[in-house]
Amino acid sequence: MFVKQLSLFIENRSGRLGAACRALADRKINILALSLADTADFGILRLIVSDPDAGHETLKKAGFTVVGNDVLAVEVEDKPGGLADILDVLSREKVNVEYMYAFSSIRTKRAALIFRFEDSQTAIKKLTAAGIGVMNRIDVLGQ
Amino acid sequence: MQQMWQPELETLPRPQIEALQLKRIRETVARVHERVPFYKERLDAAGVRPDQINSFGDFRRIPFTVKEDFRRNYPFGLLAVPRREVVRVHASSGTTGKSTVVGYTRKDLEMWSDMVARFLVMAGVTQDSVVQVAFGYGLFTGGFGLHYGAERVGATVVPAASGNTRRHLQLIQDFGTTHVVCTPSYAMHICEVAGEMGLDLIKQTRLRTACLGGEPWSEQMRQRMFSLYGIHGYDNYGLSELIGPGVSGEGPECKGMHIFEDHFYPEIIDPESGEVLPPGSTGELVLTNLTREAQPVLRYRTRDITRLDLATCACGRTMARMARVTGRSDDMLIIRGVNVFPTQIEHAFLEMQGTSPNYQIIVDRQGSIDSLEVKIEITEQMLSDEMKNLHRLESDVQKRLAEALSITPKITLVEPGTLPRSEGKAVRVIDKRPKEA
Repeated sequence: MFVKQLSLFIENRSGRLGAACRALADRKINILALSLADTADFGILRLIVSDPDAGHETLKKAGFTVVGNDVLAVEVEDKPGGLADILDVLSREKVNVEYMYAFSSIRTKRAALIFRFEDSQTAIKKLTAAGIGVMNRIDVLGQ
Repeated sequence: MQQMWQPELETLPRPQIEALQLKRIRETVARVHERVPFYKERLDAAGVRPDQINSFGDFRRIPFTVKEDFRRNYPFGLLAVPRREVVRVHASSGTTGKSTVVGYTRKDLEMWSDMVARFLVMAGVTQDSVVQVAFGYGLFTGGFGLHYGAERVGATVVPAASGNTRRHLQLIQDFGTTHVVCTPSYAMHICEVAGEMGLDLIKQTRLRTACLGGEPWSEQMRQRMFSLYGIHGYDNYGLSELIGPGVSGEGPECKGMHIFEDHFYPEIIDPESGEVLPPGSTGELVLTNLTREAQPVLRYRTRDITRLDLATCACGRTMARMARVTGRSDDMLIIRGVNVFPTQIEHAFLEMQGTSPNYQIIVDRQGSIDSLEVKIEITEQMLSDEMKNLHRLESDVQKRLAEALSITPKITLVEPGTLPRSEGKAVRVIDKRPKEA
């Protein structure tokens, strides 16, 4: 259902993205999913990691500004139309998506969609009513 | 000899200037002692009795007035007349949220117009001239000050106000403008935009002269303006605490700006010790109003660094000339002619919840126009996973600073700990603008 996401402020300078990933790697924290929203001057790096609490602490210690928040994970079959079906429901129900990103696993043939909604509770209700499975764990990602 | 607006006063022999100054100093000190509680306290505490000022040496015992005194007496505490006699107020930026307010009686406005007329006439303005004012009209003294001064000379005044360079150039062509009035950097910008548009100012317009004030500039810039565009630039100086523009100005033969000494008494001090320095020394300019009714100021520390030359000028004027202002004895920045104190920015941040106190101000010049960038180190309270929240934060900070500074800065969010610090103290201001002597 909800999974913990870490958001980092990253300046557009060479090496900053690498520094964040290296800090996590050194603590053996795995990145399960990520997205980078960027502007001319800075970006927001959003991460789902294997151990969110340790990840948060590690990145903070490495000098990054980090905020944690919950995002909704939705699992779909990894086939054409998997995402489109969900977006149809959201569109019909007028549920606003703030942002989203997706990852698929070749091994399991499943995909995980990470959603940030304006109103998460309504989104869950509408998706469940439409028979779309909201994940309790990200099985695909192993969190 | 040059044209003069008030020739008999502008060429007064020095002994007479000084006798007039001492007489007016005595009158002014007596007036403020009687009418302004702030000055009564100051003078009494310093043991200065108005009836015992018999020399400039006696006058120097009076403590300085500083910008902070205006803030403490905001808005009308320094008035020496009942408020109903004040017919206009202007204001300039203060070091914190409160601005420096100045009041004018009808007679003050007349005097001010005469002072502006003096330097406009030095720059060749006559009844036949068309004077285009490109200063902002408002609380800032530049627009209205120059406007009424040019009207007083009898010139045709075009109150075009600041901004919209292409429209300025259109008016210059259509109205036959002979003089523009603005900051030196804006004059340069007007010239450059004319160049980009393929407009030859000399061949296609009547514009020959720019009357420039509001910010320091260089001799190189004057030469560049003339050699590239054929425009003569003349400097003038003033500050709202004393009157506005019209404290001093120059003409073609003058090396330096004549201070209108029958209305303003200048001193040069060591900014550290406050000691008055001998004639010809470089130091901070201190000015005293000699004739102002509404709000006479005694020994005001301008923070501008300059020096005085008392020799009679090639133009025939006898009044002291001040050299170009070469710097400041405080941290005030002049950006596009607007006074900006780093503390104003700090103050604005303190008023905004959740913003970081770690910031840096970067002043630069793109072409001839100053740019202001404020870098802010991001904190957890400021950060969000949603980009729109960060954009909203940037625009909120930008709006707040634009309100406080009257200048819209570019806001850049940076990672914490990235702004340079020297000896643990943050380096607040980086001025990248070329420094020219």
